Amino acid sequence: MEQTITLQVQRYIPEQYPEPYFQSYEVPLRKKWVILDALNYIKDEIDGTLTYRWSCRMGVCGSCGMMVNDRPALTCATFLEEYAPGPVRITPLDYFGIIRDLVVNTDDFMGKLKRAQPWLITDEAKPLSEGAYKQTPQEKAEYEQYSMCINCMLCYSACPVVGLEPDFVGPAAIALAQRYNYDSRDEGEDQRNEELTGEGGIYSCTLVGECSEVCPKAVDPAGAIQRYKATGAVEWWQSVLMPWKGKS
Amino acid sequence: MARYGPKEHDVLIVGGGAAGLRASIAITENHPELSVAVISKVYPMRSHTVSAEGGAAAVIKDDDSLDDHAYDTISGADWLCDQDAVEAFVKEAPEELLQLEHWGCPWNREEDGNIAVRSFGGMKIKRTWFAADKTGFHLLHTLFQTSMKYDPIQRYDEFFVTRLVVEDGRCQGVIAIELATGKLEFIAARSVILCTGGCGKIFPFTTNANIKSGDGMALAYRAGVPLKDMEFVQYHPTGLPFTGILITEAARAEGGFLLNKEGYRYLQDYDLGEPKPYPVLRSMELGPRDRLSQAFEKEKEKGRTIEGPYGDYVHLDLKHLGERKIDEKIPFVRELCRKYENLDPAKEMIPVRPVVHYVMGGVHTDINGATPIEGLYSAGEAACVSINGANRLGSNSLTECLVFGARAGKAAAEYAAGKKKFSDGLEKIVSDEGKRIERMFFSEHGDQSESIAGIRKEMHQAMEDGAGIYRTEDSLKSSEKTIKELQERLHRISIQDHSYTFNTELTSAFELSYMLDVAEAIIRSALQRTESRGSHQRKDYPERDDEQFLSHSLAYQTGDGTPRVEYQPVTITRWPPGERKYGQ
Amino acid sequence: MSNAPKISAGERVRYKPQIYMPQMSIFWWVKDRAYVFFIIRELTSLVVAAYVILMMIQINALSQGPEAWQALTDWFATPFSIGLHIVFLILLIFHTLTWFWVAPTAMVVRIGSKKVPGSILIAGNIAMWLIISLAIGWLIVSI
Ligand SMILES: Cc1cc2nc3c(=O)[nH]c(=O)nc-3n(C[C@H](O)[C@H](O)[C@H](O)COP(=O)(O)OP(=O)(O)OC[C@H]3O[C@@H](n4cnc5c(N)ncnc54)[C@H](O)[C@@H]3O)c2cc1C
Ligand code: SF4
Ligand code: FES
Repeated sequence: MEQTITLQVQRYIPEQYPEPYFQSYEVPLRKKWVILDALNYIKDEIDGTLTYRWSCRMGVCGSCGMMVNDRPALTCATFLEEYAPGPVRITPLDYFGIIRDLVVNTDDFMGKLKRAQPWLITDEAKPLSEGAYKQTPQEKAEYEQYSMCINCMLCYSACPVVGLEPDFVGPAAIALAQRYNYDSRDEGEDQRNEELTGEGGIYSCTLVGECSEVCPKAVDPAGAIQRYKATGAVEWWQSVLMPWKGKS
Repeated sequence: MARYGPKEHDVLIVGGGAAGLRASIAITENHPELSVAVISKVYPMRSHTVSAEGGAAAVIKDDDSLDDHAYDTISGADWLCDQDAVEAFVKEAPEELLQLEHWGCPWNREEDGNIAVRSFGGMKIKRTWFAADKTGFHLLHTLFQTSMKYDPIQRYDEFFVTRLVVEDGRCQGVIAIELATGKLEFIAARSVILCTGGCGKIFPFTTNANIKSGDGMALAYRAGVPLKDMEFVQYHPTGLPFTGILITEAARAEGGFLLNKEGYRYLQDYDLGEPKPYPVLRSMELGPRDRLSQAFEKEKEKGRTIEGPYGDYVHLDLKHLGERKIDEKIPFVRELCRKYENLDPAKEMIPVRPVVHYVMGGVHTDINGATPIEGLYSAGEAACVSINGANRLGSNSLTECLVFGARAGKAAAEYAAGKKKFSDGLEKIVSDEGKRIERMFFSEHGDQSESIAGIRKEMHQAMEDGAGIYRTEDSLKSSEKTIKELQERLHRISIQDHSYTFNTELTSAFELSYMLDVAEAIIRSALQRTESRGSHQRKDYPERDDEQFLSHSLAYQTGDGTPRVEYQPVTITRWPPGERKYGQ
Repeated sequence: MSNAPKISAGERVRYKPQIYMPQMSIFWWVKDRAYVFFIIRELTSLVVAAYVILMMIQINALSQGPEAWQALTDWFATPFSIGLHIVFLILLIFHTLTWFWVAPTAMVVRIGSKKVPGSILIAGNIAMWLIISLAIGWLIVSI
């Protein structure tokens, strides 16, 4: 007899019942299976109505984030065996509205990414005919870590501030702003500061630090935010003590 | 006032991968007055481009030349590509990658700050730009983030296209399901560009993501556009056995060895050159993908591969590269091996086997991405221009998405700028489509009911058995029969999920129907090509036959499950067909 | 939440999409050790405030003359007050340490092209803190 494990999956089907509820499924406990394989097994073999997002199955598209036993995780990069003998609780990402079963509403998140103005800003456009910018490997290393974000939103589900203060732009968006701020080719820091030091910006962060703990790509958004605050503080003191050196 | 309300656009792009996003930016930069929209079944940054690892090819170094890139591409393609298209491609490639650099793409650098390039299979000179081994990821995110800067680019995220609206001989929009609400919408457009990516999911073992089900190919095919060169399906020689996760060619470009059961570098037995302790371009492990995958099959016949629970495999050995080089050049390979195989490539060998990776074929277009239907364009993996011919060279395809994405964008914008009037009464098609969906997927069939997963499994088996690395008339014919049966049985699917909200069972059923249509085109084209060329190897016709088959196949849907295949000669400009030689 | 019935086959139900917004419980912070730790860190900042108030009381007493000062120092000597101070001191040290632990996230220090690991930064900070405390202690004692 093949070993099995129970998955307790949170369901929500708006036209059927106004609130989420749990449904249990028993699936084979196979070596090499990730949680996502178990969900696919349910969908194919047991219950075609179970709904969730996924695509790459290699931890890079960022679609398959869910809460596994109350911790945010990429289900395609989390082995089922680790949870034996079970049961495993699968719920949608915390602090997001639920559209259906494990699918959450990401509209807000997309808006927040845009607030970070995640594109290269330069005072003057460099024509293509002038060739590539120079950037040494050291200069690239300055922002590389922050460019690794796959937009999986796990950090948002790890951040109570996101839950308490819905306008908070959030860890990934701030890390993304820093990805460009630390890029030697970029000159848009002032523009981004204006957006991110205001309401719902970096100062909403109370440094819980869990965002960096759950990040599957070691982006360290908590670090990005604290470094942002540190730069902000230095600039504020500069503007008080040396107003003549103020921003252009 | 727009004839069809707010959901009317000048250009509509289906697909938010590299090709689609590049097209959208090209349009809005060249024609800011036009209204542009991108529709995608997943958020654009989740598109499959995100998984591409190795790099993107373009000539920038002094020791390289456009002609060299063209020659490598053409010989790699076994001369089945159009040389005018290849010439345009290699010429525009450097500018496109440079444009990405100006948008912020974190290309790897040399110590002095210049762009770094690496070697890649089938390329005679190092010319592959890379961003570690997450090139596709960085490229896609750069494009997506840059596209956010342009307010005119509208997005329909998580809308699933179910059909093209072709009236009066022109494509005038699409019908799509808004996933979050289940609403069926008509989105009108003066021109439509299909950038829907490939169809690897037709096969069981593939590097492709779940979303790669050939949707755009099937949509065009149903609308009367032929699918070109569909028999050419690329196997990548190094995928992880259970998951099909790709171990990028860059691992071999950095010096990895392929070893059989006896620890022997078996590629030396297959006309791929002499084994050297260091990587040699266009030789051994850096030969083209078709030849490497075929060599694996031969080794398997000789019993020199290793048996495993998920099929036979060989070893990819990276140990001698050392931890430092692995971390610097191919960190993702290490991450993937640790996560999914629980092994460290710096200390152990990686089990690998050939897996389906890419389709060279696709929607028939000209050099500007135009299909035979007015107002309908295509680019990226969904399209076949063709620069890939019988075998694509690694790292040409990301570049292709950019070059031909931009070209198709410009052409579609110009056509749309003519502001042709929409036909009347198009909205009616929506209610017809709604009825079709109900009838097709929600009817009751009692104990005759078929399951999506069941049909999908049989399709996988038929494709692997019949249309794999080596094919014969018998194997193809039996698969063709199976696919036809499955198409019949598809009509007896009845979906359990009756909710309108985010109904992924419904989209899976659609995807299955798309895959079956594309499968029929692959098999029929393969049956009729009675020669062996590039990735298409017929055991019963082992030789290349330029006299009959130096031409593209064009498969037209007929409705009875057997497409009609016509042929169109390839364009030759400066490189007459020769023998493909590697390892010299 | 309850166990709702399975969807019945048949007619597809027309509906208005309804996004469900879960409410955050006021006890959200008990479900994870890290959150509990965070809450304790935040609560111990009250002790910092308590010290500020104490100091203000001291200054106030000083300005009101020797009697008031004497009364205050007498109160300080009561066992209750000493107990309170010990508890406060422990909480305060805890609070300070938590900030040292999170310090590496805000600072990226490089030597050459290598990042200095967080643990070294923490150790460095603690060492500095001890040295400065000892120096101040020595100053007070030697006056
Ligand atoms: C693992 C892997 C590694 C690779 N590595 C390399 C490499 O190193 N170098 C290289 O050059 N190439 C590489 N390739 C190939 C290359 O990544 C792809 O060919 C290329 O990314 C395809 O891009 P695209 O824009 O055509 O399509 P995709 O990125 O696949 O995008 C398709 C888009 O169409 C949308 N879509 C599809 N169907 C529908 C529908 N019905 N309704 C609405 N929207 C729809 C999707 O949502 C998506 O946005 C690799 C491929 C794989 C699988
Ligand atoms: S920062 Fe990390 S956890 Fe947050 S979205 Fe990006 S990859 Fe996910
Ligand atoms: S499915 Fe892509 S990250 Fe998990």
